[in-house]
Amino acid sequence: MLLRRGSLTLAAAALVAAVSIFVGLRYGLLLAVGLGFGLVLEGLRFGFAGPWRAMILHRNPAGLLGQLLAIALVAIVALPLLAVRGDELSGAQGPIGWAMAAAAFFFGMAMQVLLACGSGTLVNAGSGNPVGLVSLPFFALGSFFGAYHLFWWTGLGSLPPVTLTGLSGTAVTLAALALVAGILLLQASPDQRRLPRRIIVAAALLACLALLNLVVSGQPWGIVYGLGLTAAKSLNFAGMDLSGSTFWTTASSVDRLSDSILTDTTSLTNIGIVFGAFGVSAWRVDGLSQKLPRYQPKAWISMIIGGFVLGYCARLAFGCNVGAFFSGIATGSLHGWVWFAAAFGGAFIGVRLRPILGLEGAK
Amino acid sequence: MTRRLTACIAISLVVATLAFDLATESLNPFNAPAPIVLGSGKPGGGAFCGELPG
Repeated sequence: MLLRRGSLTLAAAALVAAVSIFVGLRYGLLLAVGLGFGLVLEGLRFGFAGPWRAMILHRNPAGLLGQLLAIALVAIVALPLLAVRGDELSGAQGPIGWAMAAAAFFFGMAMQVLLACGSGTLVNAGSGNPVGLVSLPFFALGSFFGAYHLFWWTGLGSLPPVTLTGLSGTAVTLAALALVAGILLLQASPDQRRLPRRIIVAAALLACLALLNLVVSGQPWGIVYGLGLTAAKSLNFAGMDLSGSTFWTTASSVDRLSDSILTDTTSLTNIGIVFGAFGVSAWRVDGLSQKLPRYQPKAWISMIIGGFVLGYCARLAFGCNVGAFFSGIATGSLHGWVWFAAAFGGAFIGVRLRPILGLEGAK
Repeated sequence: MTRRLTACIAISLVVATLAFDLATESLNPFNAPAPIVLGSGKPGGGAFCGELPG
């Protein structure tokens, strides 16, 4: 046991050191931040999809309140920082549009069907959950195709990004988060109106890591772009012609397609999340000895389609639960709030679809 | 079968992706940007989910 845990720690340190030396210190730091995300999300069982389900089905707001707390903690630091260091740092701004809102709705639905979001899919894959493993490649494909078609969808109508900035933006964001928290507490079961210490600690750690991500990379924590980029590079290598896509033929995309994924911020943190979640699961005494459940064929098909929908819709919605909801709101983007409302609406349908699609109660 | 199998497959996929990437792209640590964007005087330059390039 001690040997295994020692090996895991050593492997993580070696990985970060290798990337720092052979790629660059910034990239090593970002991998370390990603590992931290994976450790916190899996180690403290902090997620996004599960808490939404708990609120919808059991009126238990603890996890969702934890998410709002983490967002608030990031906003308190990030919004003033962005106001004074806007030349170096950028927020998670996204335009609000018809396609964006609809995509967020379908993302929320798929997120509840698979009980995994952007970060959750990575954590699930790393911790040996077969739903995460099967849906992850299709998430990446969906993200690629979502980007491929992005300009067509935004052409249906969208507003320019609207951003809350500075101290007034911070105050409005915190007041709005407090209002949502208040509504959740009012709707909650009376015996479930407290925040467990585990969630408070996880929210605080997650906020610290998200701020580190912002300071080191100059951009907020995101998931989806990195997955789409990996799929794009693989498909391009396999001979797929990307010239039909406005997105993948822009100068910045062409540059990134020719660079290593080890120099891409979201790819690095994504890799870190998978390794971090694996590390926690392997560290636990019985972490990976859980038997795999037997799923019906319709459940396997749902994992494939659900994964694709998550990736495709996250791209159209300008982020997933991390890029749009967490980072969007924390850095003052109005699209984060629209994303939250639309995705939460979709989640109500998703929780009802999950048992129908055979993803619940499999043993 | 246990979760050990699926977790190992996931890690193998990530390692294979990295190996493929390292085999097809060259890395030059001497071209690496400043370790931390904040204070560097330059924007991060990375891509983000909310980005609409053009």
